[in-house]
Amino acid sequence: MTVLDNIKIVVEPAVISELTENTLPLLHEIRHALIRLAESGESTILDLQAIPFGPGDEDRLLSFLGTGEVSATVNALGETKIFETQYPAVWLVEHKNPELSRVALQIEVTQVPTILMTQNADILDSIALIGETLEQSNAEF
Amino acid sequence: MADTKTLGESLRLHGVSRRGFLKFCTATASMMALPPTMVPAIAAALEKAKRPSVIWLSFQECTGCTESLTRSHAPTVENLIFDHISLDYHHTLQVAAGDAAEAAREEAMHENEGEYLLVVDGSIPEGNAGYSTIAGISNLQMLEESAKGAAAIIAVGTCAAFGGLHKAEPNPTGAVAVSDIIKDKPIINVSGCPPIPVVITGVLAHFLTFGTIPELDEYGRPMVFYGQSIHDRCYRRPFYDKGLFAETFDDEGAKKGWCLYKLGCKGPMTYNACATAKWNQGASWPVESGHGCLGCSEPDFWDAGGFYNALSIPTSDVSKLVTVGVAAGVALGAATAGLNHKTKSNAAKNHGTVTVDDLEKTS
Repeated sequence: MTVLDNIKIVVEPAVISELTENTLPLLHEIRHALIRLAESGESTILDLQAIPFGPGDEDRLLSFLGTGEVSATVNALGETKIFETQYPAVWLVEHKNPELSRVALQIEVTQVPTILMTQNADILDSIALIGETLEQSNAEF
Repeated sequence: MADTKTLGESLRLHGVSRRGFLKFCTATASMMALPPTMVPAIAAALEKAKRPSVIWLSFQECTGCTESLTRSHAPTVENLIFDHISLDYHHTLQVAAGDAAEAAREEAMHENEGEYLLVVDGSIPEGNAGYSTIAGISNLQMLEESAKGAAAIIAVGTCAAFGGLHKAEPNPTGAVAVSDIIKDKPIINVSGCPPIPVVITGVLAHFLTFGTIPELDEYGRPMVFYGQSIHDRCYRRPFYDKGLFAETFDDEGAKKGWCLYKLGCKGPMTYNACATAKWNQGASWPVESGHGCLGCSEPDFWDAGGFYNALSIPTSDVSKLVTVGVAAGVALGAATAGLNHKTKSNAAKNHGTVTVDDLEKTS
């Protein structure tokens, strides 16, 4: 413990007004995106870093969306956390770098977020890799 | 020096997976303020992007722009981008000094003739050249000779973009902007004092990705970052529309987060990305911290009158209009912006200054 720890700090909660609310228009946008997905299969990605959030807006939005039954973590260039919200087909995707700073926060309205899907080039690599393993096995036995 | 590897090859060499590359492209799109639908195009372009040579010149400046850049808040993305550009000359950051540094600049110019990117921060003194020299070379001479072979020029910071602090009255050094001197090259103005780090890197990323300059506004600034006013993107804007203003920095209105217009906020006439990109790892920005926008990304903002009263606590029509706005409960954004420009130009003529009273204002 340093001497600085002896200084009592009282944090006053910020006064939040409904006027700083960005949640409602975003929810309307999500609803329209869900309708598009249902009718034409078109996915939508919303970049939350482009939204002028005020204090507390992001927390309110995430709290409203809640968490659903699916979650996943991708470890590539830092951690990416993905979870389906309590609204099926509405996913929250948070990309972090290896220093754990957020580099992007998105809402994906889709069946499966793009980053979870295996890319075709990786499938081809996978075929080649498993082929090599089998050849080695055949040679050994 | 520039090499022949593409960014895609370079990333794979560093063991970056395809999901990692997709994530990198997503973060790059977000950084460039481009819609997520652009990610596939960015991925395709970055895959083929070649490593450009960058020459960075610092003239009459405070090093704030470089400080801003080196504290960018998405280190992985920036590191990957900076790993991929060849920063061949930056006399603040490079190890070499004096003749060795100048030799590096000349070599980079010679080897990458017509292809290198020239970044400039700081204004250029057109008066006595002795106000600012590097290795005995005047800023004007260095800019002119370095610009000749450049593919494009990025003027980083309000000093390079518009003359900045040095150009403020009475402008003792005869300071001018890059665009006042160079007329035959594409120039991207990335204004701000300093510019938002992610805006600097976003513009570099755009050039690296697409090899072109982004769409620019009337002041030569990228539309994706400077296309909307601070006021229009401000989360306090609804308070303005309802006529709810903080009158002092510690009244009830200030505590409730009401609009800072009457406390001198220059948001209505300032175009920048602070409201969305924010500062300090996205933690906050001046208006969110309770202080009005200074208008630092606009030309001649130092001469626009006192920061706390010149535009927004006017002695004339604006306050009347705002009162009407309060009564009517309507937004007067465009009208007040127009009046603000007029007030600003009057303030510039009168060379309004900030007084101790302004700073200690209690009513």
